[in-house]
Amino acid sequence: MTPSHSQINSDLLRPLLKTSWKFYAIVAVLGAIVVAALLSWFSQMFFGFGISGIRWPIYWAFYVTSFVFWIGISHAGTLISAILRLVDAGWRRPVTRCAEVITVFALMIGALFPIIHLGRPWLAFWLFPYPSERLIWPNFRSPLVWDFFAINTYLTGSVLFLFLPMIPDFAVVRDKSTGLRRRIYTLLALGWRGTPKQWHRLESAMAIMAIAIVPVAVSVHTIVSFDFSMAPVPMWQSTIFGPYFVAGAIFSGIAGLLIAMAVLRRVLHLEQYLHPIHFENLGKLLLVMALLWGYFVFNERLVTYYGNEPSEMAVFWRTQRESFAPLYWTMVIGNFVLPLVLMGIKRFRTITGCVIASFGVVVGMWLERFLIIVPSLGHKYLPYSYGIYRPQPVEIIIAGATFAAMTLLYVLFVKIVPIISIWELKAGDHQPPPDAHPAAEARRLGEQH
Amino acid sequence: MKAVYALYQDGHSAQQAVSRLHAAGVNDRDITIQSAQPMEDFKFGHRDKATWMWWIACGGALIGMSSALGLAWLTEMSWPINVGGLPIFAWWPNLIITFELTMLGAILATVITLVMTARLGRGSDIYDAEVSDGKILVGVVNPSESALAGLEAALTAPAGAQLKKI
Repeated sequence: MTPSHSQINSDLLRPLLKTSWKFYAIVAVLGAIVVAALLSWFSQMFFGFGISGIRWPIYWAFYVTSFVFWIGISHAGTLISAILRLVDAGWRRPVTRCAEVITVFALMIGALFPIIHLGRPWLAFWLFPYPSERLIWPNFRSPLVWDFFAINTYLTGSVLFLFLPMIPDFAVVRDKSTGLRRRIYTLLALGWRGTPKQWHRLESAMAIMAIAIVPVAVSVHTIVSFDFSMAPVPMWQSTIFGPYFVAGAIFSGIAGLLIAMAVLRRVLHLEQYLHPIHFENLGKLLLVMALLWGYFVFNERLVTYYGNEPSEMAVFWRTQRESFAPLYWTMVIGNFVLPLVLMGIKRFRTITGCVIASFGVVVGMWLERFLIIVPSLGHKYLPYSYGIYRPQPVEIIIAGATFAAMTLLYVLFVKIVPIISIWELKAGDHQPPPDAHPAAEARRLGEQH
Repeated sequence: MKAVYALYQDGHSAQQAVSRLHAAGVNDRDITIQSAQPMEDFKFGHRDKATWMWWIACGGALIGMSSALGLAWLTEMSWPINVGGLPIFAWWPNLIITFELTMLGAILATVITLVMTARLGRGSDIYDAEVSDGKILVGVVNPSESALAGLEAALTAPAGAQLKKI
C-alpha cells in the first residue's frame, strides 16, 4: 500500500526527531576508531615516514590505494543519481540521496589521502595554483594538478547536487520541529515555500547539473587513471586505463550503495520505501559492471601476454602465480565470480545476495587498486629498482579507519537530513487528474517501474 | 487583511479553485500556489515554467572556460621553461584544466540562477505548515475588501476546502 504524505513525513523524519542510545553508542565506537587513526597520522607526522612501510622504490602503497579506492566509491552517488535522473527512472526516487551522500563523503575521505601521503601536510598548498615568491607556478602538465582541479570540481558539484534537492525537505523538517532545531532548519530551507516557480527552477537546475556532473565524474576517474598511465612503469602505461578505472569506479560505487541501502533499510525500518525491486535493479547494474570489469581485465592481461615485454611479464607473473597471486585470485573471485553467480541467477538476486556480492566487490576493488600500484612499483625495468612492500600498523590503521569514518559521517548525516528525498517520493506517488495529458500519464506509468 | 487562502487535499480541488479565481477576475500573477511536490499534472503547475537558466549556465561555462585558459596562459607564460623545443603553452594538457573549470562555471551559474530566480532566502507573505503534509495552498495576497466575498466563494467552492485568513 502506498503510504500517505503524513506517514512519509513521519517515517522519514523519525530518525531526525528521535534519538536512541544506540545512536550514541555507534557514534562513540566509530569516533574512537577515527581518533585512533588521527593519532596514527600525527605519530607519522612526528616520527616521519620511517614508521610506515613506504620506502624506495614503493612510495605509493596503502595511501594511494585508498585514495583511488575512495574516489572510485564516490562514483556511486552523483554519477548514478545523475544518470537515473536523466533517464527519468522512477525507481531512483528512494535511492538518489543515499547515493549522493556516499559521493560527498567518499570524495572528502579520498581527497584526504594525498595530504596524508605528503608527509608534511602543511605544505599541501603547494598544489594550489598561486604565484610563489620563487616565481614557480604549479605545473599544469602534471596529472597531480589535474587531480586537484577535477576532484575539487566534482566535490563542489556533488555537494551542490546533494544540497539542492534537500532544500524542500529542510522546509518539511522546519515545519515539523520546534525551538533551536526549527531555527536551524529555517536557515537551511532558504525560505522555501513550494511555489510552482520554485519547483520549476529546482527541477531545471537539477537537470542542468545532472548533465554537467556526468562528464565531470567520468573525467575525475580518468584523470586519476592518468596518475598511473602517464608514467613509464610496467603495466601502467596503457590506453585502456581511463575507461577501465571509470568502469571500476562505477562498479565499486554500486556495491557501496547496495551495502548502504541494505543497512539503512534494516536499521531505520525503511522497508516501505526501499523495496526488493530497488536492490534487484541495482543488482542487475552490478552484474553488468562485473561483466564489463571482466572484459577490461581480460583485455589488459591478454594484450600484455601477447606483447611479452620482459619487464611487463615479470609484473604479470608476480600477480598471476607468484607472491601476489593469492590477492589477485581473491580479487577475481570478489569482482567477477561472486557477482556473476549471485547477480546472474535470479533466485540469488535478493537483498542478502546483493549485500554478499557487494562486499565481495568492495574487497575486490580495493585489492585491484593495490595490485595495480604495488607489484609494478616493486619491479620496474632494472634490478636496482626492485623492492618489496610490507604495510606497517600506522598505514593499516589509517586505511582501515576510513571505513569507520565513512560510516560515522553517514550516521551523522542520517541524523540531520532525511535519507530519502521526501518530496521526490511524494512526487512519484501523487495521482494524476482524469483528464491528464497523455504524455504526463505515460511518464507517470513509466515511473512505476 | 493580509491574505486569504484555502488548503486543498488534492490537485483537482486546487485546480478548480484556481480556475474559479480566474473566472472571478483575479490575475494569474496575484494567485499564490504552494505545494509539497511539483504538480505538473495540473495546469496551475505549469505556471512560470519559462526560464533562461539553460542559457545562463552556458554563459557560466564560457566564463569558466575563459578563466581556465587565462590562468593556464598567464602561469605558463610567466615562467617559460623551454624543454626540447616543446611548446610553452601546450593545448592538450591545458584542455583538462579548461574542461574542469568550464563545467564548474556552468554548475555555479546554475545554482546562482536558481537562488536568484526562485527567490530563495526571501520567503513569501503566505505560508501554512500544512503544506508539508500534502495540502495544496491557493490564495490571494492583499485582497481588496470589495472583492473579498467573491474570493472566498471561489476558494470554498471545491469540496473539502479549508478557508483561512491572515
